[in-house]
Amino acid sequence: MSARNWEVVIGIETHAQLSTQSKIFSGSSTAFGAQPNVQASAVDLALPGVLPVLNRGAVECAIKFGLSIGAEVAAKSVFARKNYFYPDLPKGYQISQFELPVVVGGGVRIQVGQGDKAYEKVVRLTRAHLEEDAGKSLHEDFHGKSGIDLNRAGTPLLEIVTEPDMCSSAEAVAYAKALHALVRWIGICDGNMQEGSFRCDANVSVRRPGEPLGTRREIKNLNSFRFLQQAIDYEIQWQIDTLEDGGKIQQATVLFDPDSGETRVMRTKEDAHDYRYFPDPDLLPLVISREWVERTKATLPELPEAKRQRFMEQLGLSAYDATALTASLEVADYFDAVVTAAGAANAKSAANWVMGELSARLNKEDKDIAASPVSAAQLAGLIARIADNTISNNIAKKVFEALWNGDGASADEVIEKQGLKQITDTGAIEKLVDEVLAANAANVAEYKAGKEKAFNALVGQVMKAAKGKANPQQVNDLLKAKLGG
Amino acid sequence: MSLTPDQVRRIAHLARIETSEAEVQTTLEHLNGIFSLIEEMQAVNTQGVEPMAHAQDLAQRLRDDVVSESDRRAAFQAVAPETEAGLYLVPKVIE
Repeated sequence: MSARNWEVVIGIETHAQLSTQSKIFSGSSTAFGAQPNVQASAVDLALPGVLPVLNRGAVECAIKFGLSIGAEVAAKSVFARKNYFYPDLPKGYQISQFELPVVVGGGVRIQVGQGDKAYEKVVRLTRAHLEEDAGKSLHEDFHGKSGIDLNRAGTPLLEIVTEPDMCSSAEAVAYAKALHALVRWIGICDGNMQEGSFRCDANVSVRRPGEPLGTRREIKNLNSFRFLQQAIDYEIQWQIDTLEDGGKIQQATVLFDPDSGETRVMRTKEDAHDYRYFPDPDLLPLVISREWVERTKATLPELPEAKRQRFMEQLGLSAYDATALTASLEVADYFDAVVTAAGAANAKSAANWVMGELSARLNKEDKDIAASPVSAAQLAGLIARIADNTISNNIAKKVFEALWNGDGASADEVIEKQGLKQITDTGAIEKLVDEVLAANAANVAEYKAGKEKAFNALVGQVMKAAKGKANPQQVNDLLKAKLGG
Repeated sequence: MSLTPDQVRRIAHLARIETSEAEVQTTLEHLNGIFSLIEEMQAVNTQGVEPMAHAQDLAQRLRDDVVSESDRRAAFQAVAPETEAGLYLVPKVIE
């Protein structure tokens, strides 16, 4: 959306809730959905005399993330206090990282658009740092008061900050989706956006090409990809309209209202918080050894980018296929399992089945690939029978359907039980061809008069007579030979 | 460097500390005294000295990621000024 000769500049900050059992500085559970305040310990409540003790698991998540985006995992990073007053933050400060974050640099590769207009780019990351989440304020009326639930207070977050590298809502959404897939891929965040496990803030500004960066406004707390896109599109248009009407953009934090589709100001620069960061004296610097980083590296699964390259180089898949098949770890694992069982020679066929029939069917029934009724082994068995000419592609769809519905444990069993084996015996096919030729003299005459379509009609008749089971290539060859002769 | 009374009022407001005019004046003097002390220290050449984030040159100890706390809500809420339905009640805040 580079409307009317304006350039759009977008940077994104994401809060990813880390998949740990316990909180970042206390031994309270992080499980979602508990009764209010039953998972809030003395540390989470900021009772006098308590001290935070850092969770090794949360640090490990940060290391994994740093490794997966080619960033530097800082040998030494520092926790700082971010000071502000709000009832869901009992300490009066949030423990975060400021000058020395745990992850520095790195980048996320994104694919934007489809078909001819598709392109790739790398969104550079500035940093990622560890911090604690705040509690929840419930503003329903409790006799004119607010209710505070501190179960979420102290839940570990990784805040991931990009450079202002995106220039459209499409790029922003592509980035958010790629990051979402990545954190789930490496198992550091469950990515549940409804529950708030993955939320984005977008910094948006516009400028005339070649001019310095415009004043930005930050859209807070976008918890779906659709809202991210809608909010950014609205904000871009609003800023352009404002500037073209001779107005000025004021730096501000805004909220997106999904009902109206508009953004509205939450606070302006004048009311901006003055957080007065300083190193938290309760916590010593976090030191991460090379050896710990290496040990963690060994536990990482093959990363999406590496898998994508391997699918292209070793399996000969197109960039498009390889990207689609590495969109999530579940899809990639499934595809890998199919190829392992069916052989690399059938990789293209496996890709077509996984992205075609299987994914269509999963979508239709709103099922996750991990819960697919047709297992990778079953699909591999099916693909093998197509490859060795036991069944045609058309019949294969029938077999797939049967496997989906549980009418057989394997493709072989379905083929056997339903008598779907392809007829490859030349004598048998020849007999069918002769019968069809004898019964369809009109088509034969038309074909001989130069009507190519008549040939297809004859092929159709033979296939019909064979109940779809004749090998299509053999039918073609035999028909041609007989008609030509 | 020395502070103005307005800056003292702002700092007090950020820290949510109520200060009378007399306290602003005495606090101003105290803070300016601290600043001159800092100025003296800043005269020391610290080139090549790695900044420290903590007075002790040690690394943070870590705990294993296990749940070690149990539900003690009833005990904690027994001393809270007001609670309802498991929530702590506070004066209404909407930003």
